[in-house]
Amino acid sequence: MNGPLPPELLEQHLIDPEICIRCNTCEETCPVDAITHDSRNYVVDASICNACMACISPCPTGAIDNWRVVARADPYPVDAQLGWDVLPPAAAARAASDHGVPEDVRRLTDEAHAALRNAVRPRSAGTPSVNLYTPSRPAIATVTGNFRLTAEDAESDVRHIVLDFGTHAFPVLEGQSIGIVAPGTDASGRPHHVRLYSIASPRDGERPGYNNCSLTVKRVTLDHDGAPVLGVCSNYLCDLRKGDRVNVIGPYGESFLMPDDPAAHLLMVCTGTGSAPMRAMTERRRRGRGTSGEGRLVLFFGARRPGELPYFGPLQKLPSDFIDVNLAFSRVADRPRRYVQDLIAQRGAEVGELLADPRTHVYVCGLKGMEAGVLDAFRAACAARGTDWDALVPVLRDEGRLHIETY
Amino acid sequence: MSAISYADKIPNNVNLSEDRALQRALEHWQPNYLAWWREMGPDGALDFDVYLRTAVSADPGGWAHFDYVKMPDYRWGIFLAPQETGRQVNFGAHKGAPAWQDVPGEHRANLRRIIVTQGDTEPASVEQQRHLGRTAPSLYDLRNLFQVNVEEGRHLWAMVYLLHRYFGRDGREEAEALLERRSGDVDNPRILGAFNERTPDWLAFFMFTYFTDRDGKFQLNALAESGFDPLARTTRFMLTEEAHHMFVGESGVARTIQRTCEVMREIGSDAPDKVRAAGAIDLPTLQRYLNFHYSVTIDLFGADQSSNAATFYTAGLKGRFEETKRGDDHVLQGAAYTIMEPRDGAIATREVPLLNALNEVLRDDFIKDSVGGIERWNKVIARHGLQHRLIVPHKAFNRRIGTFSGMHVSPEGEVLSQAQWQAREPQWLPSREDRAFVASLMGRVVEPGKFAGWIAPPPTGINRQPIDFEYVRFG
Repeated sequence: MNGPLPPELLEQHLIDPEICIRCNTCEETCPVDAITHDSRNYVVDASICNACMACISPCPTGAIDNWRVVARADPYPVDAQLGWDVLPPAAAARAASDHGVPEDVRRLTDEAHAALRNAVRPRSAGTPSVNLYTPSRPAIATVTGNFRLTAEDAESDVRHIVLDFGTHAFPVLEGQSIGIVAPGTDASGRPHHVRLYSIASPRDGERPGYNNCSLTVKRVTLDHDGAPVLGVCSNYLCDLRKGDRVNVIGPYGESFLMPDDPAAHLLMVCTGTGSAPMRAMTERRRRGRGTSGEGRLVLFFGARRPGELPYFGPLQKLPSDFIDVNLAFSRVADRPRRYVQDLIAQRGAEVGELLADPRTHVYVCGLKGMEAGVLDAFRAACAARGTDWDALVPVLRDEGRLHIETY
Repeated sequence: MSAISYADKIPNNVNLSEDRALQRALEHWQPNYLAWWREMGPDGALDFDVYLRTAVSADPGGWAHFDYVKMPDYRWGIFLAPQETGRQVNFGAHKGAPAWQDVPGEHRANLRRIIVTQGDTEPASVEQQRHLGRTAPSLYDLRNLFQVNVEEGRHLWAMVYLLHRYFGRDGREEAEALLERRSGDVDNPRILGAFNERTPDWLAFFMFTYFTDRDGKFQLNALAESGFDPLARTTRFMLTEEAHHMFVGESGVARTIQRTCEVMREIGSDAPDKVRAAGAIDLPTLQRYLNFHYSVTIDLFGADQSSNAATFYTAGLKGRFEETKRGDDHVLQGAAYTIMEPRDGAIATREVPLLNALNEVLRDDFIKDSVGGIERWNKVIARHGLQHRLIVPHKAFNRRIGTFSGMHVSPEGEVLSQAQWQAREPQWLPSREDRAFVASLMGRVVEPGKFAGWIAPPPTGINRQPIDFEYVRFG
């Protein structure tokens, strides 16, 4: 873990039952008797353990050196640990006690990942915290900024919203999402559905060192079929004013994460608000610039017009030796419609080379409609150099190097 | 507590420099020890730089210090666990008396015998394992072998310190004799049977460290309860090191099983000849090795009924495993224990005085502890979706010591005639062919991060180092 945890969270000390040989050394060593065992497992009582680390070096196996970030009020109890055959996965910091990941979140995540099931996180990715805050126990964030990203005359209203978590710890990694439930109830008197938003800022905050994050939210005024509809949550968020308080749940997302390896290349393809995770990852790289072994950043970004492309201005200012930016506009007057897949095809040789490079990590995020075209463009880029894209997909997926999130 | 003195020739936390006579005696013994190490320690490995754990102090923070060291330069020394103020004799006739800081005269002979018997096992296992470095399946395993070896050497030091410090001339003579006996030597063997068996291959080494070093764990635990405080403190510190040895055994066998299961799935067969042809150790062979090491090890606990064990207990010299965590009166007069024994050609049970059955109590505690690890090995098999399970042989199987020693019993507990036993023994104990096959797989792998084909890599490295760390550098 980096830095101290805030009071709501606990880095819980756990013993890996798969590696532990039940030698009793830790129990013997523990100066506060936090370690106990039954005939099956050795376990640490979170209410007693003070993380003095006295047990760590005497353990012959390394099983003792396991930690999971949990809500302090809700650590894994001793009884549960005694029943374990394996540790809960580090990636999936667990659901808080009474509330698993909300059904809404599960459904939305499933839909978003429909194009690529069972993706795994990059090997060098950080360990994400997941589901630390639940609908019944949300984090309260304060709005510290809400700016329109799209031009005043643009049809779409896309906003950059900054949330400050104050004293709540809300650890996120680039690529993760947070959940928002708009206040109030729907027409049937039920609470509104959860909506997920990718964070657009890197892990150390929208402003480095601050406990805040940013979202890229498009005000929904039409449904998928183009019929007028007012999206409850997006309108709630887009209308927020500085100082307003928002209930936030999550974070979510265990696979769509960036590699920490500075030598890894990032090939990013997005449209509209799908740019949020790309901005987070790019900003993470930008802040860490100058460290050795920098991998390449290549971005394909599509919007209807320049004025509707979130972060168009700031993107223009990034030096080309830092990021290779390719913008596609589909509704510019007197110009042919250009989509991201057209630009990928145009640079097919370089894309094919990138896809064949074992350091490359691919991220696709945006509307479902872009998915097929982008994947076809990848397939063609690979075929041109004799590589079978469809055979490459499972390899990329299993190595944590292919991530697709569409909605 | 006192820190370990590195200014002294012999690192120690017992203020050795304040007892000049003792210091001189140990300094006289030290070159003999080093000569023994050069002759009988790991073969051909004197110049290797090995990433070893060395105690720099006996408290939890300091005793696991890792660095490269040539084994003959290892800082063997004398470390006792911190003294507990007000510690008492916690069992037997002297229960409640202050723990002894010196040897009570009437128990001198018995204590010396206990210490010599324990001390003799330490150099014995180094001797048994001295050729294994030639066939290590990886640098990681080679380092673990050497760690086990140097710590067995340190355990010898621990016992020799007690002999020199508390037993005068007798003790010094016993300390010399510990360097003179040789494992498997016809004329001057080690004291206990299992320590004269060969450890010919790495599967045998892993089984040995799993089962036989676990006997060590239980013996040390029983001695850590001793009313003779220096013995209790010495063995308590030894236990932290002993844990590493059992780790090497449990994880070594688990990794062997893991690899076997992977191969079984790859070739889609569990037929032993096919598994062997694919370069892995078939599960029936693993079971036979297990049967052998298990049965030889449980003999180490001694006779089922033993008046010596009762004497040691009542005198406060050697307790039970986790003595002070038990809820009884810790005197045990009039208490009973159920043991198994042969009766009319079958295995029956009988109640005997608990005091006389303390060897059996310790053996049963050992068995319970061993079974846990075997179940964890079975989980490795189950995780591969395979049906095969390793079993724990019956307590009466293949015994040489105790009431079952004249009896033939199958691993399932069926009493057999001599002819039946002879016909079926090859199914249950490693045959010459089994050992030859396992030996045929033993080839040295020295490239960092590479492992022999019959064993899977470990899940984590040593001391948070990566698995492909250069754990041993060859001189």
